[in-house]
Amino acid sequence: MTRLHVDWTRCDGHGACTELLAGILEQDEWGYPRPLSGEREPQVEARSARRAVAACPLMALSLVE
Amino acid sequence: MTTTALPAATAERLLANPVPDGPIGRPDRRQLAALLAEAGLTGRGGAGFPTARKLGVLLARPGDRVVVVGNAMEGEPLSHKDAVLLQSAPGLVLDGLQVVARALGGARAILALGPQVPPGPARLAAAAPHRADLPVEVRTLAGGFVAGQETALVRALDGGPPLPRDRRDPMARRGADRLPRLVLNAETLAHVALLVRYGAGWWRATGTPDDPGTMLVTVSGSRSSVVPRPGVVETERGASITAVLARAGTDLAQVRAVLVGGYHGAWVPASALDLPLSRAGLAPWGATPGAGVLHALAREDCPLEAVARITAYLAGEGAGQCGPCVNGLPALARAVGAANAGRAAELASLVDGRGACAHPDGTARLVRSTLHVFADHVRAHAEGRCPR
Repeated sequence: MTRLHVDWTRCDGHGACTELLAGILEQDEWGYPRPLSGEREPQVEARSARRAVAACPLMALSLVE
Repeated sequence: MTTTALPAATAERLLANPVPDGPIGRPDRRQLAALLAEAGLTGRGGAGFPTARKLGVLLARPGDRVVVVGNAMEGEPLSHKDAVLLQSAPGLVLDGLQVVARALGGARAILALGPQVPPGPARLAAAAPHRADLPVEVRTLAGGFVAGQETALVRALDGGPPLPRDRRDPMARRGADRLPRLVLNAETLAHVALLVRYGAGWWRATGTPDDPGTMLVTVSGSRSSVVPRPGVVETERGASITAVLARAGTDLAQVRAVLVGGYHGAWVPASALDLPLSRAGLAPWGATPGAGVLHALAREDCPLEAVARITAYLAGEGAGQCGPCVNGLPALARAVGAANAGRAAELASLVDGRGACAHPDGTARLVRSTLHVFADHVRAHAEGRCPR
């Protein structure tokens, strides 16, 4: 498991992460990712977290070691 | 350390007249860290972060040169302590800045002033001969509510936009020269100067064991009949809110509640004003001593109107970078204005913690506090009447 960090200055709400990590992230009413758990940096299984990081078109996601 | 007689340990230290001047001791980095830890000096942000730990992060890499920045941006409209401090005792701030910069092998020392802070006295003091070994650049920068957030200030000092960076961005606390920036509040630096001159024992003789020393507080009111002598006072830490309000001549019978900590702060109702102005004392109300702001709301004044005005202002002061803040703060201001408690609470949760800086978090704190402390008042508004 790893933690997922969003750089809000980059995120534009494209939605790639919320699609890949459905069940962990939802889109808020404006389309920005929001952890269902209520955590700021949600726990995500490492492989799917890496996939979400790679899929973000704005490189707004990173893993927190 | 000094061998001269110590001044009495009163609450007037930073605002004493005169404050000490002239050459100051030169602790090395280890001595300085030990002194700050012994004193228990904390920063003026909401978290009250220990200054010794802030230095410690840099001490771990002794080879690094550091640019030390004094932060007197004072973007909080209800705060004037930096302006008063830089007017009356600029030498203390410069002393602290130079002490830290020398101890850390500082490459540069910069004092950043907001537009409301007078630069003249600091420029004059910076030119004193005993400061010539490590020149302090005194810079006045464009202001704004978030301009004093550390990562925004670091960028603005390099001529960039005064916009906060993501805290995990490796460049967030480094300048264009790649050197780390150590940003310390102007008041914190002034305390460092007194600590070096008089020692931690003297410094701790005022305040409480958990919350030692003194702090500057800006006291104001929603109308002059409530707080006839608004201004900046220096108080021992842990003094009661009522005692500090009394210094400004506050008529407590007229006070409905006090906004503690400024626009990112929280309300303490009139019934609880005997609480100490300390982290522990204020915790039940979600407030912190923070930037040292007490703003008394008169009984005749409507808290919802006041908070609607403040949230609308805060919505306009965002840096415009982070989606939840850009979308959420204007919506939050509208919900507050409409006395829609449910929607306001929902939006507060939606913006909290979802930005590069603490602007959405602080705005959410104010709104939640308002919904809690003035629950009945907000409900009455929703029914179309103001019970003021």
